[in-house]
Amino acid sequence: MKKENFIWSSIKVGLLAGAIGIFLSLVGMVEVFNKRDVVEKVISLGMFLLLAISMIAGFIASRRTSDLLGGNQAGSNLLAGTLAGLFTGITLALFVLASDQLNLRAIFLNATPTLSGLLTFGRGSGGLWMLPVLGAGTGLAGGAFLLLPLLVRRPITHAIMVIIFSALFSSLFRVIMVNQGGGIEKAAKAIFSQTGLTINGALVFIFGTLFISILWSSQGAKVQNRVDRLPAKGKLSLRVFSILLIAYVAIMLPQAAGPFIAQVIVIISLYILMGLGLNIEIGFAGLLDLGFVAFYAIGAYTVGLLTSYGEYGLQHVSFWVAVPIAVLISMMFGGILGVPVLGVRGDYLAIATLGFGEIVRLLAGSDFMAPYLGGPRGIIGIQKPCIGTLGEFIAVDIPRVCNGIELSKPQDIYYVAIASALLIAFFSWRLRESRLGRAWMAIREDEDVAEALGIKLVQAKLLAYMLGAAFAGLGGAIFATLVGSIFATSMQLIVSINVVALIIVGGMGSIPGVVVGALALIGLPELLREVSEFRFLLYGMALIAVMLAKPEGLWPSQTISRELHHDEAADATS
Amino acid sequence: MTTPILTAKKVIKRFGGLVAVNSVDFEIPEKSIVSIIGPNGAGKTTFFNCITGFNKADEGTITFEGSDIQNLRPDQITRHGISRTYQNIRLFANMTALENILVGQHKFLHSSWISAILRTKSMLAEEKGALDEAQRLLNFVDLKRKGDLLARNLSYGEQRRLEIARALATRPKLLLLDEPSAGMNPRETEDLTSFIRKLRDELGIAILLIEHHMRVVMGISEFITVLDYGEKIAEGTPKEIQSNTRVIEAYLGRGAATEGMDTAHERFSNKKS
Amino acid sequence: MRTTLGERLTDWAISGFMWGFRILIVFIVVYGTFSTLSSGKYTGEQWIDFIIFGISQGSIYALIALGYTMVYGILRMINFAHGEIFMSGAFSAYFLATWLDKMGFIDANPALGLIIPILFAMFMSASISMLVERIAYRPLRNAPRLVPLISAIGASFFLQYTFRGFFGPGVYAYPPIKALQGEWVFFGIGILKSQVIVAVSAAVIMAILYVIVMRTKIGKAMRAVSEDKDTAALMGIDVNRIIVSTFAIGAAMAGAAGVLYALIFRQVGFFMGFTPGIKAFTSAVLGGIGNIPGAMLGGLVLGVFESIGPALFLDGLGIPRPYQLKDAIAYTMLVMILLFRPSGILGERLTSKKA
Repeated sequence: MKKENFIWSSIKVGLLAGAIGIFLSLVGMVEVFNKRDVVEKVISLGMFLLLAISMIAGFIASRRTSDLLGGNQAGSNLLAGTLAGLFTGITLALFVLASDQLNLRAIFLNATPTLSGLLTFGRGSGGLWMLPVLGAGTGLAGGAFLLLPLLVRRPITHAIMVIIFSALFSSLFRVIMVNQGGGIEKAAKAIFSQTGLTINGALVFIFGTLFISILWSSQGAKVQNRVDRLPAKGKLSLRVFSILLIAYVAIMLPQAAGPFIAQVIVIISLYILMGLGLNIEIGFAGLLDLGFVAFYAIGAYTVGLLTSYGEYGLQHVSFWVAVPIAVLISMMFGGILGVPVLGVRGDYLAIATLGFGEIVRLLAGSDFMAPYLGGPRGIIGIQKPCIGTLGEFIAVDIPRVCNGIELSKPQDIYYVAIASALLIAFFSWRLRESRLGRAWMAIREDEDVAEALGIKLVQAKLLAYMLGAAFAGLGGAIFATLVGSIFATSMQLIVSINVVALIIVGGMGSIPGVVVGALALIGLPELLREVSEFRFLLYGMALIAVMLAKPEGLWPSQTISRELHHDEAADATS
Repeated sequence: MTTPILTAKKVIKRFGGLVAVNSVDFEIPEKSIVSIIGPNGAGKTTFFNCITGFNKADEGTITFEGSDIQNLRPDQITRHGISRTYQNIRLFANMTALENILVGQHKFLHSSWISAILRTKSMLAEEKGALDEAQRLLNFVDLKRKGDLLARNLSYGEQRRLEIARALATRPKLLLLDEPSAGMNPRETEDLTSFIRKLRDELGIAILLIEHHMRVVMGISEFITVLDYGEKIAEGTPKEIQSNTRVIEAYLGRGAATEGMDTAHERFSNKKS
Repeated sequence: MRTTLGERLTDWAISGFMWGFRILIVFIVVYGTFSTLSSGKYTGEQWIDFIIFGISQGSIYALIALGYTMVYGILRMINFAHGEIFMSGAFSAYFLATWLDKMGFIDANPALGLIIPILFAMFMSASISMLVERIAYRPLRNAPRLVPLISAIGASFFLQYTFRGFFGPGVYAYPPIKALQGEWVFFGIGILKSQVIVAVSAAVIMAILYVIVMRTKIGKAMRAVSEDKDTAALMGIDVNRIIVSTFAIGAAMAGAAGVLYALIFRQVGFFMGFTPGIKAFTSAVLGGIGNIPGAMLGGLVLGVFESIGPALFLDGLGIPRPYQLKDAIAYTMLVMILLFRPSGILGERLTSKKA
């Protein structure tokens, strides 16, 4: 009875994995990823993906077998792994057969001959047997992996992860290292190829990781112990040291990296800034705002109108004058739009604010506002910030001359953004520790009780909303100067969703969480430009996966995490 | 009777077809302890909600210290000096005990968000005062060392006391307690009774009590109102209520007026304990 | 009262502002309407066209809104991926209809050529929705409010870009049903057949839904669950199964709406679900969330206002190309309903407890 169970469950795992493989093939991921290498001339990313699926299937089947049998039994585990892998392969092979016979391409764009060729390893239908065989092999490996002791398993897992990571970001590392010149440049060319890792590079990473991982598992506890036993002063200096290190990296990174990466880093820093701003609304006061982009747009357009030397420029003031005005105007609009909707319950607020975001975008792009905001042509020629004095405005389309340092490169704007983000983090911290922060948290916890204790709901919410709007405006203002032009089409809902998602994914109410969330949701997709076709697909998957695996976020503030686990415990008992 | 601090006249509250509170007249004299009792679903909590602004009464008037509070929001009513606790404890579970009390003081603090960011001298002084006051209240309810614990991690009795402390932080003239002894053992109930008396004697505030526990009610109330199906069926001193046949009928059904009220009541409210 | 002057001033400012806002909106609407009508720029026939188009578009919104409102009524969750369920219905129907069209089936049996794709779309949408519920929502049912919302946003992206990956970024043209082209003439006024058919089909589907919810056992169970989950579970109702059925029924409505949308607008693309999705949620709020007749009414009201709004309110104010702002009218209506009647036209019906 039991035996039947584990075989059937392994087959099911295999079929499911096969379905996932078919899905990835039909979406086009396998074919596109095939152009990237994990290790040059050895294995492409697309192949790696398929093999990884059958290997994971083997591993999962093996683990489920252990659960079913109440312990590891080498024979059954290996059988389960092999079966799962085999069925993954069979499913895929059947798919290839089907797509050759049925002309699936009439419906699915990616069911191309190239894909079939890829899945049969270029041998046509004669290569069909290879998929099940390879599947069974990798499945067996996956099944066997479970049987290895943890001491062996952990370094191998680490090595595989490092290989994938370094292969995915190989171009990024390559660019940074090549920019350094000299020996580093040579090393970069030895390790990274144009499309992935070289064989040498792969070996370096595998053995390097294995070495470090094994060293850590044997010595790690000792080091940890020694750190724990450090006197208070030592701990403090360790912390100061790590903060200084982070600060150094934060300051030097855009200098070391090329212009493309600098651009990515600026965008990340902008989102960190906005995330911290929205955190006041969502994290502190529990206001779900999906219309953040409205105030971002207002801030951007204000700076645009005030500083542009183009057609629609009004005042031609300097960036440093325009930004505070933009922040104040965003805040004012926050008040105007907030008053009507803040009286209503939470989810209505989400949808109403979402509406605001769309209204602002539609108005900005419409012919109605075109005489003032440029309509679809947008506002161009936004003056770059200048530390020093600006020359006179001469005529339309001629930038004012900066007598001093002009912050024209993305790297320069990055410092502005990071400084602003630090300022907002400071503000949030101070506000949190005041009567307002307490009032917001009380509203988040229980609105009715908060009101019954004398908190004026609308006023308290309005303040949180206006501050959020102000920081969104700041983000928009910096964005406008960074790009040098504004178009209504860049004010999409996705901006708002990005900011909300990075807060939740990072961990609600937590400042490091915002940074982690921005790196994961904004940084990764920007850097993985080669897979940009699948950017939003992966983004969607990541959002679901993070919420399922870590609903409290990647780097939660401690309170929230406790709350979640408390609820789980309460559910378990009731 | 002295002058009433709160007067309710002909209060009616309907939910759809159901009349939860039907034309109830009610008074609370200053510095007194008054109770409302009645079987489950008699409209006691709804009446509470009408006083505190959670529900709006459909008809009738409610005046507090001579001013009409009927159409005010809950926060405005609190500012007049009415505060309450809840039948099912509603603390801010993820805030510390101290923070819970500080939220109660919200209406006495006036520093703006700008001064909070700049930490101005007046803001710091205000915070310091609030903190001292909160600590004093914690001491008052015997939670001296628990200030830094999250409210959720306190024991049941401690949570009850913290909720009262939070209500006291708004410096009420009238405190409404909704079944404060629910879920308490006899020992805790005894402590609670003397605590409520201490509240009135030391702070000089009026207390309105909803309570199922007859020993508490009869022990400390100066005046009792009985509701049944939203209507006031009796009022008077504890002695008068104990011998009122309508009350006994309401609790036990007609013709069963021989059993002791306390046990009878507990039987009706056994769902709670 | 122990309040400072400043706080009282803020109080007054806020309520004054609210009234100012209300008066302003009423003024804009009245003034715009008056000046448009007195200018006589549009003929009576044009107005009727606007209204008919509004009704057919509104009945599509209503169909989608049903799914939002039912799920929200039970789980208090904005099913952000619902617009994509609508899109998946349209896509499924497109492929079936194209195939049927090639075989000449649609020309031969126009009625079946309409109904079969609709049924297929309903089936596909319901399946996809059940899958999404199982993977992305069910494990999160007891998590804080924002967590399932983010998961739903993730599911929305996932579905959109899955379809983009499968079928490409292009727009497909839904095969025309020849019998439905052209106009019917009532009292000398020509009305597009397809618009009438869409409105009628939507009405029929909604009537069926209404019967299901009010009369059948599963409908009663659904209402019980949306009233109080715990009690419903105590009465022996399998709450999980009811929630899945709610998702499936809502998704089937959205799938049908997808086909009707494709019939009117003749376009099927991976991004088509986004705007109708938001509009439909707006409709659900407009009618009173959790309220099934409310969602139907809200959809119709939104559709009609959106259709006549640009001409009626904005043209009179001298706004150039007012139709550019038709979406803005929909969102403004949402804000207005929140201002004037926060619980929606027919009132909201919600479970008192979160899932």
